[in-house]
Amino acid sequence: MRTICLRSMEQKQGGTIKTVKANGELGRRIRDMGLVPGTRIKVQGRAPLYDPVALRVGDFTLTLRNNEADYIDVDVE
Amino acid sequence: MQATIALAGNPNSGKTTLFNALTGARQHVGNYPGVTVERKEGLCSVGAHTAHIVDLPGTYSLTAYSEEEKVAREYLAQERPDVVIDTLDASNLERHLYLVVQLLEMGLPLVLALNMVDVAKSRGMEVDAEKLSELLRTPVVPTIARTGKGKQDLIQRAADLAQQPVNQTPLVISYGADIDKALLEMQSLISEGAFLKNYYNPRWVAIKYLEMDEDIIAKGRAVNPDLSDRLTAISARVAAHLEATLNMDPESMIADHRWGFIRSIIQQGVITRSNDSDRLYLSDKIDMVLTNRFAGPIIMLAILYGLYQVVFAYSAAPVEWVEGMFGWLSDTAAALLPPGMLQSLVVSGVIDGVGGVMGFVPLIMFMFLGIAIMEDTGYLARVAYMLDRVFKAFGLHGSSVMAYVVSGGIAGGCAVPGVMAARTLRSPKERLATLLTAPFMNCGAKLPVFALLIAAFFPANEALMMFGITLLAWMGALVAAKILRMTIIRGESTPFVMELPPYRVPTFRGLATHTWERTWQYIKKAGTVILGISILLWVIMTFPGLPENKTAEFEVMRQHVAASYPEAAAQELANADEGAELSDQAQALRGALAAVDSQEAQAALRNSAAGRIGGALESVTQWAGFDWRTNIALVGGFAAKEVVVSALSTAYSLGETDPEEYQTLSQTLAKDSSWSPAVALALIVFTMFYAPCFVTVVCIAKEAGSWKWAAFSVIFNTAAAFILAVGVYQMATLLGY
Ligand SMILES: Nc1nc2c(ncn2[C@@H]2O[C@H](COP(=O)(O)OP(=O)(O)O)[C@@H](O)[C@H]2O)c(=O)[nH]1
Ligand SMILES: [Mg+2]
Repeated sequence: MRTICLRSMEQKQGGTIKTVKANGELGRRIRDMGLVPGTRIKVQGRAPLYDPVALRVGDFTLTLRNNEADYIDVDVE
Repeated sequence: MQATIALAGNPNSGKTTLFNALTGARQHVGNYPGVTVERKEGLCSVGAHTAHIVDLPGTYSLTAYSEEEKVAREYLAQERPDVVIDTLDASNLERHLYLVVQLLEMGLPLVLALNMVDVAKSRGMEVDAEKLSELLRTPVVPTIARTGKGKQDLIQRAADLAQQPVNQTPLVISYGADIDKALLEMQSLISEGAFLKNYYNPRWVAIKYLEMDEDIIAKGRAVNPDLSDRLTAISARVAAHLEATLNMDPESMIADHRWGFIRSIIQQGVITRSNDSDRLYLSDKIDMVLTNRFAGPIIMLAILYGLYQVVFAYSAAPVEWVEGMFGWLSDTAAALLPPGMLQSLVVSGVIDGVGGVMGFVPLIMFMFLGIAIMEDTGYLARVAYMLDRVFKAFGLHGSSVMAYVVSGGIAGGCAVPGVMAARTLRSPKERLATLLTAPFMNCGAKLPVFALLIAAFFPANEALMMFGITLLAWMGALVAAKILRMTIIRGESTPFVMELPPYRVPTFRGLATHTWERTWQYIKKAGTVILGISILLWVIMTFPGLPENKTAEFEVMRQHVAASYPEAAAQELANADEGAELSDQAQALRGALAAVDSQEAQAALRNSAAGRIGGALESVTQWAGFDWRTNIALVGGFAAKEVVVSALSTAYSLGETDPEEYQTLSQTLAKDSSWSPAVALALIVFTMFYAPCFVTVVCIAKEAGSWKWAAFSVIFNTAAAFILAVGVYQMATLLGY
């Protein structure tokens, strides 16, 4: 298992969130949606211009810009 | 006693559907004071009683970042509903429990509506409502809001709770040793000082201080600055400690523990899955095509283009009916009223003015229906997702696309609901930039102006010109947004943390409501503002009339003309019925007399207040090639863009022409020596970008929260439009057009 930044995850790759370094409004929004350490996520796809990224979190799909994904580190399998 | 029940829930949990199922037609839509968040209220019978139901804005949390969250929290804390119903999506339970936990921490009397159990079932999930109820110590009622299943039970449980309030102790979650200790300390200070007592329970206030919630801290400081400062000091101490030991802030710590609590509940067997949770749902499969990197954009363009085609194809007939109706009304009024000022006011001022706007209602309605379909199926969220990268480059947000599209991004919308659609944007800066630039889109009222000018000067390239005009509007809006975001509304972009809701088949009621609400805003505009403006325009184009000696001059001219023809022709014309066959001579005489009438009408218009204004502006507007008549039309167009064509046609004394009957006017313009393709291009550009119509300006003031921005949009847009128009005119003239 290794830890990488969410931005560099590949299509369909799954993993478990390790840390969320964002604070302020972005941090709140991210955590409000359940992106906290321990949450399992999977990269569902990317928009045509490669940004934002769509994630499967639990039973729903969430989108996030790449520069926001930079704050999240993931343990990938 | 009438119980008040508030409906809370995440966006897309089915809250509005549930609200409609409970209240039926007995509802009322208003606004929360001072903000643009909608407040829906309604009544619902429970046995012999009636309950008062309030639909709160959909929120994921109560952290109070967005206006919606603030409104919801403020309502819950201050107006103290007897019961709160929180709507949960059973197919996505975990995320929805985050709001539940926060409501329980506030200590509110709560009933949970476990909604969408049908969707959960189809996804192979079963939620154990009893177990959930037991673990949360809160009633849980399974519902299907779409069919109304479970709503009786739900409302009964809520009413019972309202009648016999159980002593609800707020939920207490452990946030780890450091925070728990600080919370206890703060809690006792808060209880002793009866601090913010009317609002919240002490532990909750303490949590908000630890989360450094600006809203609550400001409230606290206002009532008891000393105590507030002591609490802030404790909070700062904990923050420093956590930072040093765990490299974390209290806020994330609290959120992590809340999620931990939720997981511990879920893990106690609340959800039974008969499927692998990694399985792709139907919605995901659709997304693999619709948001595919290559196919996605092509399909998106095809859908938008198809929408455009369908709307124009299907609205053509109803538009004709409405126009026919106003034509009939106008004829009837002309027949009933004696010729003179009153007839002119009613026919030219009121009926034609309002009719010109009403004629577009069917088109606008189809447009909004199309947009509602995109919205209610969930496709619009995908459009925002696919386009976000582009919008971000211009300082906007993927969700800005909605405001642009409604405003006329696919030609033929209306900026009034478009500006309102900017509400979905959460960041004030991006919202402001969006609502200030959305009026650049080609709304349904600008189309006749373009159609007129294209028909007159570029008849060979109609489709190409329309396409170019649409493209230009987008470019203009995006560039203007970028400029605004780099200068007066600078600031960080909002996070794009957004849910992609699952695709759903829209309901008839949902579509009807969405379509009608927006269409109604447009109709209201025609009924009120346009009516007033039409009358005003009629007045300034009619008064002051020509002086006596001038009128006499034209009378003499008429007599001269009549004298130059044989007596018999004049006799024949005077005695002929309407539509009767005339001899060549009599026809020629009639034409000559009409020419004099037209000259007189022109002279009268030039002499009227409007003519003088237009003339005075000519010294400036000549740089863009606009003469006084065009100026009148453009000044009128500030009231409503629909007026541009009808005012032009009056100015060219063709009598009041309906905005759609531009054929004759376009021929006149094509032949007129003061017009050229260069003028037409300049006018197209100016019409596209200059001041939004009056109603939109009022709307901007309301949505932006200040008249300053409304005034700004008038001045900035007009100045920019003028500079562009001058540039276009001068360039085109140089190139010999
Ligand atoms: N299958 C199903 N669909 C539902 C149910 N409740 C709501 N919906 C649909 O879910 C979508 C979102 O509902 P809406 O009431 O607008 O959600 P809101 O954002 O919470 O107000 C709509 O398309 C509804 O028709 C339900 O119980 N079952
Ligand atoms: Mg709703």
